[in-house]
Amino acid sequence: MRRSFTLSLGLAAVVLVAACSASTGASPSASTAASAAATVAPSVAASAAASVAPSASAALTDCATNAVVTPGKFTIGTDNPAYPPYFATPEASAKPKAPWQLGDPTNGNGFEAAVGYAIADKLGFTKDAVTWIVVPFNNSFAPGPKTFDIDLNQVNYKPARTQTADLSKGYYFGNQSAVVLKGSKYATATSVADLKDAQWGAQVGTTSLDAINTVIAPTKKPVIYDTNDLAVEALGKKTIDAIMVDLPTADYITNVQVQNAVIAGQFQGGTPEYFSAVLQKGSKLTDCVNQAIDALTADGTLDKLVKDWLPFQASVPIIKP
Amino acid sequence: MTVQRAARRRGRDTRAVRSSVIALASCIVVFGGLTWIVVNAPGWPEVQTSFLNAQVFWDTLPGLLDAFIINIQLFVTAEVLVLIFGLALAVMRSLHGPVFLPIRVLSNAYTDLFRAVPGVLVIFILGFGIPGLGLIDPKTDQRLFGILALTLVYAAYVAEVYRAGIESIHPSQDAAARSLGLSRLQSLRHVVIPQAVRRVVPPLLNDFIGLQKDTVLVSFIGVVEIFRYSQIASAATFNFTPYVAVGLVFVVITVPLIHLVDWLAKRGFGSGATPSGAVR
Repeated sequence: MRRSFTLSLGLAAVVLVAACSASTGASPSASTAASAAATVAPSVAASAAASVAPSASAALTDCATNAVVTPGKFTIGTDNPAYPPYFATPEASAKPKAPWQLGDPTNGNGFEAAVGYAIADKLGFTKDAVTWIVVPFNNSFAPGPKTFDIDLNQVNYKPARTQTADLSKGYYFGNQSAVVLKGSKYATATSVADLKDAQWGAQVGTTSLDAINTVIAPTKKPVIYDTNDLAVEALGKKTIDAIMVDLPTADYITNVQVQNAVIAGQFQGGTPEYFSAVLQKGSKLTDCVNQAIDALTADGTLDKLVKDWLPFQASVPIIKP
Repeated sequence: MTVQRAARRRGRDTRAVRSSVIALASCIVVFGGLTWIVVNAPGWPEVQTSFLNAQVFWDTLPGLLDAFIINIQLFVTAEVLVLIFGLALAVMRSLHGPVFLPIRVLSNAYTDLFRAVPGVLVIFILGFGIPGLGLIDPKTDQRLFGILALTLVYAAYVAEVYRAGIESIHPSQDAAARSLGLSRLQSLRHVVIPQAVRRVVPPLLNDFIGLQKDTVLVSFIGVVEIFRYSQIASAATFNFTPYVAVGLVFVVITVPLIHLVDWLAKRGFGSGATPSGAVR
């Protein structure tokens, strides 16, 4: 009894001492740095950025230089495997560089890979200065200092999400679409009413589930899988009739993953969805990245990248509400 | 004599008061200290918004509780099936005689296999494999595969618990029953198993606590139960509070069961002693 009591007292003492030293050191400086960052980020650069052609403007370079995680490097995160068409597979002969599977961001091919390099370029980083790291979806918004400067992982903008992370302006505006089995009655659907009684499936954590509930409002409860691959598996086994995914993923599923699947159509209307880069909450870089995206939109780079990597966009029929 | 006793009691009382004061102080220092460290950590405000967000908590709680109904369906159904199937396996294994060797081997192999394979794999294989066979309607409710998988896995554990109980009953009980003219099966049914089950109630409940928590694994085959619901809510808000809420729900449901186990153990269930009236 006495022994354990002394022990716990000793423990408490150690704990208290550790606490004192920890809090006096780190906490005040960290918080002041964060608030300073929020106010300092320049808005002056905005006008300058738009007018300067392809490469980086001096203002944007200044903006980014001191805001990156690793000085001199622009670190971009995305999940692994990196799926086409966001990240293109290398030529048949080459394998993706480890640790990447399927798509290889480092070759700059594929829509998000290209966007990543384009943003880096606008911020004054050459191709060599860009590093790609694996960041699982959940880690991209976990609290604590981030290991990446920006994370490009088909993250849809949602106001609620901005409480814990900064989300950039949109770099891709796309529609949700329905993937169904060829020859099923849903393959010929022309309106939402035709798809109401289907068993829907989607990947957890995506806004596709919202789209199912708000656009389709199906009669059966949707089934939610961990990954799109599992949803695709279930579609192949006819456990579900339809998958809701963003259009580029739908294109990949129907062309590569399931031979007998087709895109029934894309959905328009409602609030337009767009992909945002994820940044540390209150990051100094957020403003710079937004300006870079503005510049890439203004000079037509983003449109060109969509045409290059997501050419099917225009040809998929639109399903009426 | 009485004076001495009173003095001794007074001494005991003061000691008791003193030790509770010390215990209280110790608790305050330790827990207070720990809380103080966490709350003053540089990242605390960020962690607080991500993990302990009251707004997100109250927004998601109703949906979580709604989804928890599915977990309840899963574990209640599976528990009943596990009790029956596990007992059958244990009885198969405790049949003596050379004729029953294949049955013993089968039961043995079964418990070995299903205790070795991770439960989530069984759920995956059944959930994606059975519909693939094309024998049954591919739209069969995924919950059924979940219940089946949990039953298969937990029956293996429970069979071992039952077996331990059966083996703990002294052979003289069986011998006595047999000498009265009961067959081996009758002796099992009327003499051995009633005593064995009483002894293994606490470990059985332990397995059920495990089973309750493992119902979240059924989310892997698409069932939107409490964990999958919290994942959806978490991704929608970029916030981890829904997971904390799920943890709380499980604590609220499981802690009473844990204490029931302790209470039963205290009352003599699970101990070597046979409570009076168990065997008449």
